[in-house]
Amino acid sequence: MSERLGTIAGLRTKRLPGWAVPALAAGGLAVAWLIVYLPGTGGAVLTGVCAALLFLAALVGVSVAVEGRRAATDRAATALIYAAFLLALAPLAAVAYTLLAKGATRMSGDFLTHSMRNIGGRDAGGGAYHAILGTLEQAGIATLITVPLGIAGAIYIVEYGRGALATAIRFFVDVMTGIPSIVAGLFILAFWVQLVSPLFTADHQPEFSGFAAALALSVLMLPTVVRSSEEMLRLVPATLREGAYALGVAKWKTVLRIVLPTAAPGIVTGVMLAIARACGETAPVLLVAGASASINSNPFAGQQQALSIYIYQQAKDSSIYAPPRAWAAALTLVVLVLALTVAAKLLARRSKLAR
Amino acid sequence: MSQRSLTDTTSAGARPPGGGGALPPGGGLTRRRRFGADTLFRAAVTSAGSTVLLVIVAIATFLVVQSLPALRRNSANFFSFHQWFPQDAPPRFGIAATAFGTVLTSGIALLLAVPVALGIALCLSHYAPKRIATGLGFAVDLLAAVPSVVFGLWGREYLARPVADLSAWLHSNLGWLPPFSSKGPYVNSVLLGSLVLAIMILPIVTSLSREVFQQTPSPNEEAALALGATKWEMVRTAVLPYGRAGVIASVMLGLGRALGETIALALTLGNTYLISFDLLGSGGVTIASNIANSFGEASDPTSRGALIASGLVLFAITLVVNVTARAIVFRRREFTGSTT
Repeated sequence: MSERLGTIAGLRTKRLPGWAVPALAAGGLAVAWLIVYLPGTGGAVLTGVCAALLFLAALVGVSVAVEGRRAATDRAATALIYAAFLLALAPLAAVAYTLLAKGATRMSGDFLTHSMRNIGGRDAGGGAYHAILGTLEQAGIATLITVPLGIAGAIYIVEYGRGALATAIRFFVDVMTGIPSIVAGLFILAFWVQLVSPLFTADHQPEFSGFAAALALSVLMLPTVVRSSEEMLRLVPATLREGAYALGVAKWKTVLRIVLPTAAPGIVTGVMLAIARACGETAPVLLVAGASASINSNPFAGQQQALSIYIYQQAKDSSIYAPPRAWAAALTLVVLVLALTVAAKLLARRSKLAR
Repeated sequence: MSQRSLTDTTSAGARPPGGGGALPPGGGLTRRRRFGADTLFRAAVTSAGSTVLLVIVAIATFLVVQSLPALRRNSANFFSFHQWFPQDAPPRFGIAATAFGTVLTSGIALLLAVPVALGIALCLSHYAPKRIATGLGFAVDLLAAVPSVVFGLWGREYLARPVADLSAWLHSNLGWLPPFSSKGPYVNSVLLGSLVLAIMILPIVTSLSREVFQQTPSPNEEAALALGATKWEMVRTAVLPYGRAGVIASVMLGLGRALGETIALALTLGNTYLISFDLLGSGGVTIASNIANSFGEASDPTSRGALIASGLVLFAITLVVNVTARAIVFRRREFTGSTT
């Protein structure tokens, strides 16, 4: 112990003054501006990168000289951690800015109320009404399928599940969340489009449809809904269940009348997040919906469009009118998805069970 | 009715409450009706829960069944052939180039994303003030909410130009390295695709690592600080070792997402079936992007079967990655559950 104390110069270690860090940052920026930007060696980005590197080097150097090696490592780690954070905010800001700037140029009432029927490569018109309709119908059907199934599955896991089956289900729900969306699309292609749909069509040929897209989305939504509902059901206090049992209520009734309503706001949040994700999925829908250019409000017969495929197709199209359409559709989709996400998060904040 | 509920009450209430807030299943006592509403309800929810297992088995089964005819007609080796000609007179297709591209783009994306993601996670859990951290965490969640097709569009229309500048700079300064040897044009490159992919997996790796970092027991942290550790030394000696399993799992989940990502890569990669480490020039293809790009022309059963076969390989790869990651998380959950 006395040996350790002997190596320390005083009782108080020397620290850099508070103004040192901002001063070093300003110095680094100034030097980078002088040696990179003014002679024209690089643009604003290279200047910024050089400034950051200079700042880091200077900070470490000064800190080693004044505070010692350990404090210098600490300062470098802190600077790097904050730098990582700023680095991550950059793409978010860039995506948001481009979306608003490029999406707004083509966005109009006309765009939201017209389809792409009879719109060729040289036509500037056209809209995404058919795609919006398709996305809403497909996500709606997928919700109708997954919500009862997912909540019932979560009830099984939380209220009834014991033993190997419950463990297996819990484990594979987690695994299923990681299934690539394109594989879900291929599954529905192999199962529904190739095998089942010929049974229903007049000419017994495989048919793409909005319902097939809804099925593919269900495969992706199911594990998310089960997982979030399971977490919410677990948060319901055991005393509520015990109270119900003590009053002579049967178990199924306790679950349906006491446990579910208590967990309802949280479950709704999870479902809304799942819907938001499903609306943005492209790959599975691309393989099974068929992407028609006309309005088709019947999800069970004929090809249907979806917003995400619409963006994909317009982005790949060589027409000069296609990219603005893609951006406007992307803006529509992001607004839809973000509205659902933000509403879900606000709802979660109001719920008493969630943290 | 009341008679049965009473027996149910005794059977359920007689047991101690379960750990997770749920009660153990009723039963064990006598006078339990065999075919009551409870039995029905139980059967219904059990079958709903089993759907998950059914779907996983069905995915594997249908993909195998639908790909076998095409694989039988394939005249090239499915695993070592690198081109994709399912419509040739004897169909020839293989996943060598696509599987290589999948691993290459995912690997680069992980290399780029993981250090940044861990930095953000530490920033949110231990560095930023709590109130700010909540808001910034929300911003990262928003990044996760942006659909992948929007990232693809953004990468193709906006990010392509800065990446082309960066590629030219890398080539002129580090051109002697084989990955940077391409003379251009610097469009639709592996670098662009990997960058977009890295941005997309950032939120996943961040949110899970942040969660495990936050779970570090405060006695561990306080002990490190009390021994005179600086903040970084505390993080290195208390937080990182505690969160190691969780970080590995989150990286593997990010890998799983990267391997399966389709549309963003279909929009940003050059779609050439070559096995090459060239990062800057136009090129690159992955299993998933090949499925999305080739599906438009795949109207005959063999072409579709070939795509389904490659999807089966992708499914198998991601299944292995995900099962490993989840097994780590699962073991850890039991471990932490027993200590608290």
